[in-house]
Amino acid sequence: MNPNQPTRRRFLKNGAALAGLAVGAAAGSRPASAEPGEERIDELHKHGERSHFVQSVRAGSINNPERRLPGEPSDVALKTPLQDSTGIVTPASLHYIVSHGYEPPDIDPKQHRLLIHGMVDRPLLLSLEDLQRLPSVSRFYFIECHGNSTTAGPGGAARRSPDATVQQTHGMTSCSEWTGVPLSLLLKQAGVQKGATWIIAEGADANKHSKSIPLGKALDDALVAYAQNGEPVRPEQGYPLRLVVPGWQGINNVKWLRRIDLVDEPYMAMMEVSRYPRLLPDGKSRWFEFEMGPKSVITRPSGGQRLPVPGFYEISGLAWSGAGAIRKVEVSTDGGQTWKDARLQEPVISKAHTRFSLPWNWDGEQALLQSRCTDENGVVQPTLAQVAEHWGTSVDYFRETSLIISDLNAIQPWKINRDGSVKNALF
Amino acid sequence: MRFSKLLAATAVLAASAAAQAQMPSYKNVGRTPTKQQIQAWDISIGPDGKGLPAGSGTAAQGAPIYAAKCAVCHGADAQGGKIGPELAADKAAFKTLTTLKPVRVVSTYWPYATMVWDYINRAMPRNQGGTLTANQVYALTAFILYKGSIIRESDVMDARALPKVQMPNRNGFVPARFSDIPDEHKRGCRQGICP
Repeated sequence: MNPNQPTRRRFLKNGAALAGLAVGAAAGSRPASAEPGEERIDELHKHGERSHFVQSVRAGSINNPERRLPGEPSDVALKTPLQDSTGIVTPASLHYIVSHGYEPPDIDPKQHRLLIHGMVDRPLLLSLEDLQRLPSVSRFYFIECHGNSTTAGPGGAARRSPDATVQQTHGMTSCSEWTGVPLSLLLKQAGVQKGATWIIAEGADANKHSKSIPLGKALDDALVAYAQNGEPVRPEQGYPLRLVVPGWQGINNVKWLRRIDLVDEPYMAMMEVSRYPRLLPDGKSRWFEFEMGPKSVITRPSGGQRLPVPGFYEISGLAWSGAGAIRKVEVSTDGGQTWKDARLQEPVISKAHTRFSLPWNWDGEQALLQSRCTDENGVVQPTLAQVAEHWGTSVDYFRETSLIISDLNAIQPWKINRDGSVKNALF
Repeated sequence: MRFSKLLAATAVLAASAAAQAQMPSYKNVGRTPTKQQIQAWDISIGPDGKGLPAGSGTAAQGAPIYAAKCAVCHGADAQGGKIGPELAADKAAFKTLTTLKPVRVVSTYWPYATMVWDYINRAMPRNQGGTLTANQVYALTAFILYKGSIIRESDVMDARALPKVQMPNRNGFVPARFSDIPDEHKRGCRQGICP
């Protein structure tokens, strides 16, 4: 038991009393008192809302056949409006969602338990309250769907369309501050036995999504998170517990986490072996690809926007890599003939979105804007032609196949027309 | 090489020593689950069949269960419907995996028959996962494998037989050895893509 715990509780209580005091003072309706006047706070004051002038919303579909509105098109995800993003944090309310067709379960945190078992000396059953008593960490990490920015398969049409927005092409990545307990701490408590090499992480959703993750990663930087951006993880993001597996394909970040089984081989769960392997034209599938490669995209100006007049604009965008920190971002305004180093905005954090910018004077002529990033290992974001070469196939394959292109991190060009319109120019 | 191994070993020793030293400070956090609790929650089935329970079923036994519980989403013939994907295709469809429109369904793509049992048991029918008996799950697994021309209608599927079923795409995955999977960098993966 942490001896500081009661002190912290007392502090929180005092903080609440102080907050009540401040509201009372501002209202000026009664003398200052140590009693919180909670009954006098209206709903808007209790939990703030953004201005009704702000229209930025997720787009796409929750992809749940029962919840879909009549005539609502099926999409693979609800995507983050990256064109409106600033800084590196995604509001939890705008975090992308891939639901695999299911509703978020309605979980009572008092009933929820995390079971750690299998090849351990001391199996553990933990409540949310137990986890909140343990030493916590808060870390910024992006989570990205492996199918983000695909050129083919379900959701791929946007990346081929000249009219696509950056939300449609790249909106399946989001970045949050995650707070929770390092999984390594829990595994050490349970005592991992010799011979255990994998964990199976399982959620409490309707299809009990499960995922095999190598033990090395679980002990390295995986996090059992109960908070996101300073509030409890939202139901659609895994309330009350989400496993955060930094830098790895989104599918590993198991929501509604209820069980971790220590085993000695991957367990070939449905998602990881039926939909997520990368099937290449030779008929062979690359399975258990985990780490998302270095990727960047200009979010402003981006597809669907319009530059009203020639003149000054700050080019701004996001870069990230599953391998670590972003070391450099370069921007070209002439279709890749020349490149300039963009400014990286602090903080630059490993496995988190990094904001970059470059001042630019648009002369009113046609321009082709693109960014490419380099991560801390010196790995450079490739062009689509380079990806094709790396895969041993042709660029045509990327628009002709019926499969989602997994882990596609090709450079994204945006074309600025003379009338100021911005178009997707990947193909 | 040997030096780095030694370093790693030292790091492991140090880490476990640190864990030992830390442990008393986390006293009374969490409970020890009972054996029954673990058994009730542990639904994972290994590719080798580890965890498969007693029970059995055939495709013939599975047909009426499928018609009653599965056909509404997956189609009368496992051909797929508005809600559920296609489950079984003609054996010739396996050859489409090298084309631009691969038929990637249970019978043509999944490498292990045990996965079929695991997923039906945990997740099916939709929003009613865990309601089928072990016998029903064996029978439904057999039905899908039969529809994919992988086993015969009368073949009995149980904890011994199911792991031995040869799925057509069993050798379609790289790397082939499980022990080669965890270290992506050793595998030569670059930019998130593995060769």
